[in-house]
Amino acid sequence: MSMLRKPSTMRPLAQTIQLLFWSAVTAWASEPKSSASSGTNIFAPASTPAKSIADLSIFVLVITGIIFVVVFGLLVYSVVKFRGRAIGANREPAQVYGSTQIELAWTIVPILIVVVLFLATARVIHAVEDAPEPAGAVEVTVIGHQYWWEFRYPKLGIVTANELHIPVSDPSHSTPTFLQLLSADTDHSFWVPELAGKTDLIPNHPNRMWMDPQRTGVFLGQCAQYCGTQHAKMLLRVSVDGPEDFAAWARAQQRPAVEDVGAIAGRRAFERNACMNCHAVGGRPANGRFGPDLTHLMSRATIAAGAAENTRQNLRLWIQNPGAIKPGSLMPAMKLSDADLDAVVSYMETLH
Amino acid sequence: MSSNAITIPGTQIETRPWVDELHQWLATVDHKRLGILYIVSALLFLAVGGVEALIIRIQLMHSHNNFVSPEVFNQMFTMHGTTMIFFVAMPILFGFANYLVPLMIGARDMAFPRLNAFSFWLSFLGGLLLYFSFLGGSGLYGAGSAPDVGWWSYAPLGARAFSPGHSSDYWTLALLVSGFGSIGTAINIIATILCLRCPGMKISRMPLLVWMNLVMAGMVLIAITPLSAAQIMLLIDRYLGGHFFDTQAGGSAVLWMHFFWIFGHPEVYVLIIPCFAFMSEIIPVFSRKPIFGYPVMVAATVCIAFVSMSVWAHHMFTIGMNSYANSFFTLTTMAVGVPTGIKIFNWIGTMWGGRIQFKTPMLFSIGFLFQFLIAGLTGIMMAASPFDWQLSLSYFVVAHFHYVIVGGILFALFAAFYYWYPKITGRMLSERLGKWHFWLFLIGFHLTFDVMHIPGLLGMPRRIYTYEPGRGWDNLNFIITVGAFIQALAILVFLANLVISYFKGARIGNDPWDAWTLEWSISSPPPAYNFATVPTVASRRPLWDLKHPEDPDSRYE
Repeated sequence: MSMLRKPSTMRPLAQTIQLLFWSAVTAWASEPKSSASSGTNIFAPASTPAKSIADLSIFVLVITGIIFVVVFGLLVYSVVKFRGRAIGANREPAQVYGSTQIELAWTIVPILIVVVLFLATARVIHAVEDAPEPAGAVEVTVIGHQYWWEFRYPKLGIVTANELHIPVSDPSHSTPTFLQLLSADTDHSFWVPELAGKTDLIPNHPNRMWMDPQRTGVFLGQCAQYCGTQHAKMLLRVSVDGPEDFAAWARAQQRPAVEDVGAIAGRRAFERNACMNCHAVGGRPANGRFGPDLTHLMSRATIAAGAAENTRQNLRLWIQNPGAIKPGSLMPAMKLSDADLDAVVSYMETLH
Repeated sequence: MSSNAITIPGTQIETRPWVDELHQWLATVDHKRLGILYIVSALLFLAVGGVEALIIRIQLMHSHNNFVSPEVFNQMFTMHGTTMIFFVAMPILFGFANYLVPLMIGARDMAFPRLNAFSFWLSFLGGLLLYFSFLGGSGLYGAGSAPDVGWWSYAPLGARAFSPGHSSDYWTLALLVSGFGSIGTAINIIATILCLRCPGMKISRMPLLVWMNLVMAGMVLIAITPLSAAQIMLLIDRYLGGHFFDTQAGGSAVLWMHFFWIFGHPEVYVLIIPCFAFMSEIIPVFSRKPIFGYPVMVAATVCIAFVSMSVWAHHMFTIGMNSYANSFFTLTTMAVGVPTGIKIFNWIGTMWGGRIQFKTPMLFSIGFLFQFLIAGLTGIMMAASPFDWQLSLSYFVVAHFHYVIVGGILFALFAAFYYWYPKITGRMLSERLGKWHFWLFLIGFHLTFDVMHIPGLLGMPRRIYTYEPGRGWDNLNFIITVGAFIQALAILVFLANLVISYFKGARIGNDPWDAWTLEWSISSPPPAYNFATVPTVASRRPLWDLKHPEDPDSRYE
C-alpha cells in the first residue's frame, strides 16, 4: 500500500543492533511474561507507525552511540594520559589558551550530524503524522475519562469501554484504524507501545492517530499522561482480531442487551438504584454516560479499566466497594444489601 | 593586590550572645551571609525532597505494593519535583552566585544588598508556604492537603473542578512568591556584574563563572515571568471566574502547557549554566591550565541561552502538534546540542596536555562530564520527535532529566562545595570522606538512573503509584530502589563531612588549590568588606599574573 510510506533506514544493521540491544535488555528484565498478551516493548513493533519509530530510534541510537564512544574515549584518554604525576609537581604544564581551527572542527562536525539527524527525523514525522486516511479505514472515537476509556465506532454503531477491538491489517490490503482522541475531563494519553507512539487526549483539542497492526493478539498499554488519583490503573487492552473475528465481534456488539428472565431481580435492582445514572445497557432504560457502557460487559476480559479480571468475585467486590480495587475511582460504593448485590452481579453476568 | 586584611573593631574579635548572632543572620544584607543562607536552606529542602524520593522508590519497589496510598504517592512526586527545582536547585545556585560573583569581580557586595535579602526571604518563605499545605486535611473540601497535581500542574487538573480545596493554591502561591524572589536576585546579579567590576576587569576578562551567571540571570528574567503570569491567570481562573485554562468553560489546556514550558525549558538551562560555570573554574585549576577557548565558551553560553528559548514545545511532542511544528522543535532542540557539545570539547581540551590533580572537586567534575555527555545524548534521542512519541511521559524521560539534574547539576554542585568550602569556612572538607561520598554516590547514581531508562523502553509510564506484575518491570524497579538508598547514604556522608569539617577540618589559608581568580587572594573566610583595597586586574587570571611575574597572562591579551 503506497499511501503508508515506510521510511527506509539501514535495515540489516538496524536489525542486528536491535537484536543485540534487545537481548541485553531482556537479560536485565528476565521475568516470566503472561503468555496471552504481548508486552509493551517499543522495540517490538507490530504496526507501521511503531515500526517507523523503532527504525528511526535504532538509527538515532547508532549515531548517538558513535558520538558517545568517541567523546567518552577522548575523556578517558585525557584523564589517564594527563593525570598529574608527583614528580616535578611544582612545574606547571604549557599554558594553552585555545585554537581556532580545533574549535571550528568541533563546531562544524556536530552541525553536520544535526542536519543528518533532522532530515531522517522529519521524514518519519511526515510519514506518520500526515498519512491520509484510506476509504476502508476503521474509525474509532476514543474518549478519555477519569480513569477509563470509552470507545465509540461511529460507522458501526458500537459503544464499548477499556478494551479496544480492531482488525488486523494485511499489508497487501491495508485496513488501518484511525482514532479520534477526545477527553471528557482532564488530559490523558493513549499509549500502546507496540502499535504506535502515544498521543494525548486533551479537552477541547481533538487529536488523531492511526495504527495498522500486522499480527493478531492482545496488545497492552495504559494512560501515559497524569490524569488524577488513579492514573496508574487506567490500563488499555487492544485486541487485534482477524477479519472474521472482528466482524463477529462487531455483530455481537451491535445487538442490544440479552434479556435473561433468570436475572430479572438483578436488573430491577440495577434500574432501581443509582447504577443506571452512570451506566448504559443497550435496549433498556439505563442510558447513563458517566461510566462505561455495560451492554456487553461479559465480552470484556477485565473490569475497572484493566485493574481486575472480569470474574464473579471481582465484580461483586467492585460493586460493593470500588475503593478496594481502585482507591480514588469515581464509582461510589453503592451500599447494596447482600441480596441486591448478588442479584446485580448475576444480572451483570448475563450481559454477554 | 589586596591580600592584606584590615581589622575593624567590633566585627571580628568580639563574641556576641547567640541571640545577637541569630539577629545578625536574620537581618543580614551581606552577600556572603545571604549566599550561605540560600545554600543552607536549600540543603534542608534537599533532605526533605530526598525523603520524598525514597518514599516514591519504596512504593515502586515491586508491583502492587501498598506502602502508601495513591493520594500520598501523587503528593510525593508533586512535592519532590516542585521542591527540588524551586527550593533546592535554584536557591543553591543563587547562593553560590551570591557568594562568588562579587568576590570574583573584586566588589564589596552585590549592587542592591537589601533587595538581595528581600529576594532570599521571599524564596525561603515560598518554600515554607508550599510545606504548610501538609497541615491541611485531605478529606476536607475547602482545606486540602499537599498538592497532588504534578510539578507542572497541567490544566485542567489544576482547575477547581478537579482540584477542590486549597492544595494546588499552596503550589501556585509558593511558585509565585519564590518567582518574585528569583526575579529580584536575577536583577541584582545583572546589575552587580555590569556595574561593580573592579578596575581593569573588562567584560572580556571576567571569569567564566561570572559570565555564565550573567547569562543565567538574564534567562531567569525571561523564563520566570511567563510562569508568574500563568500562576496569576490560574488564580484568576480559580477565584475570580476566569476561563483561561478552564476547559469546562472553553478554556485552553494547551495554552497552559505553552506557558509552563516556555518557562520550563529555559529553566533547565538556568540550572545547568551555573554548573557549566563551576566546571569552567574547577577543571582549569585542577588541570593546571587556563580554560581552552575562553571566547568560544562565552559565545557558546550566549548561543545556548538564545536557542533554548525556542525549544520549549519539545515537552509537548505528544499533544498533537502538526508535522511542521514538530519538525521545527526537533531542529531547534537538536541545535542546542551543538554549543553544548562545544563546551564539553573545550573542557576536555582544557584537561588535554594538563597535569590533572584528582582531588575531590575534580573527581566530581569528571563525573559531571561523563554523565552530562550521556544526558545530552539521550536528549538528542528525545529531540527526534517520533522517538519521543514513545519515550515521552515514560520512565526513560525520568531517567534522562535525573541524569541532567543529579548526574549533571548535583555532581557539579558537589564539586563546587568541595572547591569553595575552604574559602567559605576557612577549613578544608575531609578528602577521605569526600572520596567515600564520591564513589558511593557514583555507584548509587548509576545503579538508579542507568537502569531507569529500561522500564521506559518497556512501556512503563511515569507518575504511576503502582504497576501490574508480569510486564518485566519488577526486577528493574527493585534495582533502582536499591540505588536510591545508596545515594541517600552518600548524601549522609556528605552532610556529615560538612558538619565535621566545619569543626575539625584542616585550616589551610587563603589559597589551598593554587588557583587564579580573585576570591583566593583574600582571607578564608573573607572579611565582611571582602577587599581591603579594591584590586586592579590586567588579565583573566589575576593570581596567575601575581604568582608568575615572569610569564603573566596579561602579556597574551
